[in-house]
Amino acid sequence: MDNNLLEVKNLVINYETDDGNVHALNGVTLSLKDGETLGLVGETGAGKTTLARGIMRLVPDPPGKIKSGEVFFEGRDLLKISAQEMLKVRGQSISMIFQDPMTSLNPVLTVGFQIEEVVRTHNPEMKKSEVWERACQMLELVGISRDRANEYPHQFSGGMKQRVIIAIALACNPKLLIADEPTTALDVTIQAQVLDMIRALKKKLNTSMLLITHDLGVVAQTCDRVAIMYAGEIVEEGDLHQIFKETRHPYTQGLLGSLPSLAVDVDRLNPIKGMMPDPTNLPKGCKFSPRCQWATERCESEHPELRELPGGHMCRCFMTEEK
Amino acid sequence: MEEKKELLRVEHLKKYFQTPGGTLHAVDDVSFTLNEGTTLGVVGESGCGKSTLGRTILKLHEPTDGRVFFEGKDITDLKPKQMKPYRKEMQIIFQDPFASLNPRMTVGQTISESLLIQKAFDRRDKAGLEKRVAEVMDLVGIAPRLVNSYPHELDGGRRQRVGIGRVLALNPKFIVCDEPVSALDVSIRAQVLNLMQDLQEKFGFTYLFITHDLSVVKHLSDDIVVMYLGKIVEKAPAKELFINPCHPYTKALLSAIPVPDPDYQVQRIILEGELTSPIDPKPGCRFAKRCPYATDACRQGDIPVKEVAPGHTVACNLV
Repeated sequence: MDNNLLEVKNLVINYETDDGNVHALNGVTLSLKDGETLGLVGETGAGKTTLARGIMRLVPDPPGKIKSGEVFFEGRDLLKISAQEMLKVRGQSISMIFQDPMTSLNPVLTVGFQIEEVVRTHNPEMKKSEVWERACQMLELVGISRDRANEYPHQFSGGMKQRVIIAIALACNPKLLIADEPTTALDVTIQAQVLDMIRALKKKLNTSMLLITHDLGVVAQTCDRVAIMYAGEIVEEGDLHQIFKETRHPYTQGLLGSLPSLAVDVDRLNPIKGMMPDPTNLPKGCKFSPRCQWATERCESEHPELRELPGGHMCRCFMTEEK
Repeated sequence: MEEKKELLRVEHLKKYFQTPGGTLHAVDDVSFTLNEGTTLGVVGESGCGKSTLGRTILKLHEPTDGRVFFEGKDITDLKPKQMKPYRKEMQIIFQDPFASLNPRMTVGQTISESLLIQKAFDRRDKAGLEKRVAEVMDLVGIAPRLVNSYPHELDGGRRQRVGIGRVLALNPKFIVCDEPVSALDVSIRAQVLNLMQDLQEKFGFTYLFITHDLSVVKHLSDDIVVMYLGKIVEKAPAKELFINPCHPYTKALLSAIPVPDPDYQVQRIILEGELTSPIDPKPGCRFAKRCPYATDACRQGDIPVKEVAPGHTVACNLV
């Protein structure tokens, strides 16, 4: 297990607000191997984005506080290194694609300049012309002609902007790419283009990826392994086949049942009852128990551990204990 | 199959907007009929004019050309005052439950507002009004204790239920649903979709269901129209469309949907480029610029609409 590129251990992050503590992340443990794509799935408020920000040490403080845990990247604990060193990691070894392509580019700078910015920051010795050349290469890599490097973000469409952001993220050949809902704001045909490109580039540059999304379809087509999050915890983790075909956790089953299928005709969907619990006031015991149809008294009082099942499949549910 | 009564007929509907850059053809020559108690799904990507279509039918936009018939009556030229009785029958559920509710009105006030405007209840008949509001809240599944809550106290799913409730209160015949579940999480989305299905069965509503999500539309609709840059490119019964898509755009759109099944393999058709501008479009097929099969004939003249199977029409030279 030593070839793990990223290892998150028991990460706990709270947002301390006037209205109480928001328990955004409650002991998340996960690992990512070299060259692997891990999908992180969950609904709004499950803590997906907080986890990504925690890895990058970008949790806004205040109100966010990293309470405990470790984030090992290439054997180093990112939570222990100085802020100066962290600056070198961000953009160079780990980079992030944010959700909204409309707002994550600076509107008053040309896209070429914005790609140059990363390259220059991490390679101060590079000549000006080399930096520019690199920026143009990156644009071409994501399928935009280099003639457009001097244009401003408003001259690009949504899909093109997202390509520019991907170019910025990949400009320094990072080992790990964290993509936070990279295609949620895009139309399906554009989403297909962008996902296709991400897949191809990932292969070409041998980058590992943490793909955060709420779309199980995107995960099934892109990832090697999947982790399902609910209320700040990982409730199930496994490879594609285990998650989609041998689903064990009731929440994952519920998510899959909520999706209208294109392949099979269903008259009615099987949604999960109720709502996500309030993260300032999480239920005792299993966090999913108030919505779970199989919940017992034990689920309400005792908190289940993430148990390993055969084949590296992990599940946080008492039902997997039987026999 | 029993013959169902026609409720809505749209003939050659056009809506152009004047912009500094030219005329924007948002909806361009759209025709269809909608029978009572059925659901027509309208699919397309952002900017294809699907929301404008819904709004123009309800006369929230004045149509540029074309006719809209509701229950056989031409409502195209009615004045706002003459439209009022029809408003009771034709309603709309908006996309964003966070923006479409008045933040300063409680759930109860929001639901009763339309009832008062339509004079379904007398302002002094407090008890009757309260009873109707309670009924509606029960139907859409909002707990009675929330009647005095403000929208900011509710989550997205509940807000959308209020949005549906306000429409339902009037007992309309026809409801335009403009992306009613796009802003909701997966598990909540399924709850709202089920609710809308139940209500249709119970009250016989007719839906015009606008969405970009093909799997949702397949689940709910009887017929589907696919729009591209203001034009209908394909129209077919829901099942037929998924089994036998004929227009190259429909094919690409279907193959682009990520399917939540790792064993599902499709030949993806990745389209080049993006939606072209709807401002002063060139003659010929609007899709020609991105179409892998486009010929010179596609870039000029009108594209004939052909019927490939009963109820299945395609606007493409190559079919």
